[in-house]
Amino acid sequence: MISLLLTAPFLLPLATALLTVLVPSGGARKGVAFGGALASLLVAACLVAEVASEGVLRVAIGGWEAPFGIELVADALSAAMVLITALVALLALLFQESDADPAETSGYFHPLFFVLIAGVGGTFVTGDLFNLYVWFEVMLLSALGLLAFGGRVRNLDATVKYFVLNATGTLAFLFAVAFLYAATGQLNFAALAEASRPDDAARWLPFVSLLLVAFLVKAGAFPVFSWLPASYPVLPAPVLALFAGLLTKVGVYALLRTAAHVFPTAPVIFFEILGWLSVFTMIVGALGAIYHYDVRRILAFHIVSQVGYMLFGIALHTQGAQVATAFYVLHHIAAKSNLFLLAAVVARTAGSYDLRRIGGLYAARPGLALLFLVSALSMVGVPPLSGFWAKLMLLREGIAEGRYVWTAAALLTGFLTLFSMMKIWFAAFLEAHPAGVDAPKPLARATPAYAAIACFATVTIALGLFPEPVLEFLARAFGASDPTEALASLAEGAR
Amino acid sequence: MKGRILVLEVAARFLHPLMMAAAVWVLLRGHDLPGGGFIGGLVAVCATALVSVARGAEAARASIPLGAPRLTAIGVGLAATSGLPALFADAPFLTHLWVELPLGFTQLSIGTPLLFDAGVFAVVFGALGGLLVSILAIDEEEAP
Repeated sequence: MISLLLTAPFLLPLATALLTVLVPSGGARKGVAFGGALASLLVAACLVAEVASEGVLRVAIGGWEAPFGIELVADALSAAMVLITALVALLALLFQESDADPAETSGYFHPLFFVLIAGVGGTFVTGDLFNLYVWFEVMLLSALGLLAFGGRVRNLDATVKYFVLNATGTLAFLFAVAFLYAATGQLNFAALAEASRPDDAARWLPFVSLLLVAFLVKAGAFPVFSWLPASYPVLPAPVLALFAGLLTKVGVYALLRTAAHVFPTAPVIFFEILGWLSVFTMIVGALGAIYHYDVRRILAFHIVSQVGYMLFGIALHTQGAQVATAFYVLHHIAAKSNLFLLAAVVARTAGSYDLRRIGGLYAARPGLALLFLVSALSMVGVPPLSGFWAKLMLLREGIAEGRYVWTAAALLTGFLTLFSMMKIWFAAFLEAHPAGVDAPKPLARATPAYAAIACFATVTIALGLFPEPVLEFLARAFGASDPTEALASLAEGAR
Repeated sequence: MKGRILVLEVAARFLHPLMMAAAVWVLLRGHDLPGGGFIGGLVAVCATALVSVARGAEAARASIPLGAPRLTAIGVGLAATSGLPALFADAPFLTHLWVELPLGFTQLSIGTPLLFDAGVFAVVFGALGGLLVSILAIDEEEAP
């Protein structure tokens, strides 16, 4: 039973991907896709329930125990990530049914979509560094396929930009894995945690730094974020929501997992560097967002600055900050995916993604304006939405740890984010349409689009109104506040 | 593609089934001896390459059973399915199970690893074969 729960996050999407290749007609393919996405969501909910009642779940694939085999591990963090992944996949698929910037569904759209989900799911449940690398590769390959979809020049241009930096990062990851294996003979997370004792922490610095580079590229952090705003805007809305919500957060997750559970005893300088990188990531991302006028570019730069917040939380390296970071990731996935879907509806209704060529939507679509405001203000951190709690906890930890400069940068970024979100909102909704067009073009199939958006907005509001149960659940993943205690409990699991 | 070589074309007709048989043989001996699904798949791709050079990409594409995408999907499916029986035996996913079949003169061991290997064979054959044929087809379009 546990084996089934732990393999389902990647096995179910994989099976769905295969079935969508094998079924002949478009209608049947759609049915299989929705069935697979729904089943994934149900199983993810079961996984969360099981982790909540039983604690950390482990299975050694094929009955081969670590250090020889690959272990699948699900703690509260993994389970929560698997659940939100399944939700984003289902809602993106739902949005695909509307006519607001959908992907072309011919050919390999569904298989690539689900292989990508399988890669993301595998990342969250693996307990093995090399296996993590394999899932990164699965994600990279299917992401490239989705980017190149359509084969137009701008698609291929974005694909190359995405590929070059991401492949470099993945290569760095592979080197780090090889070095770590040579040095310790271990790839299992728990065993690596046991092998990296505090007294020779400096020895691990080169390897852990290499891992850091790989994860920073994936996360889209300063100074290796340039692929993100360059490649994301060519994607159709549902795929864009999927990429924006999940892919960079996989990098953040890997970094959080590494810092919190695999190398909690990494040298102080590691966290010092990470903290300053987070400051630059936050500010550069927010400034980039202010500069642009294409809604998708603004939102893409926001991803960068938001990733900065998460890195800030990881760099603080306290239990409270780690829980806050995990909460931040969940909140961010729901809010950010939704913003891209909302942007697609806005662009479809008003005619363009360019803020200089749209306007006056508030009179015709007050509901849309309100929904946009929910996600936008949550991203900024206005109470009582989900982003408020995430930011509040991070800032409080930052002050408690005496990191005043980092905290000040986070606050400044909040204001900059507010500014550029309001830029979108005013330009798209309040100001008059520059061409004087008042009647917006209605969507032919609006219900799926609005249903997906409303679901995401509900998640954002629910996380904002009832953060305690989620925080309590996430705190289990970072249970032991003393690093040595955490090590002991992990090492016990490895045996 | 103009100017095909008759000798090669005729030889390919005989060699293709032979190479495919060799591929399957490499697949089957693979569990305890050098070989296996991956290498067997590569041998099968070589057979496809031969057809492609001798009789053109269209013929090579037709020589991949079920078509490359489907064969790949079925391969991944087979490999994943080989892990499922373990779940019914209350063992972790991909724990491999063996059945001994007494044949009188010898014992035949059949297990889920064979299914896994056959899946790998199909994936390598389908994915690499399809890729190869597509790449060779680019060259053909330019040639005439």
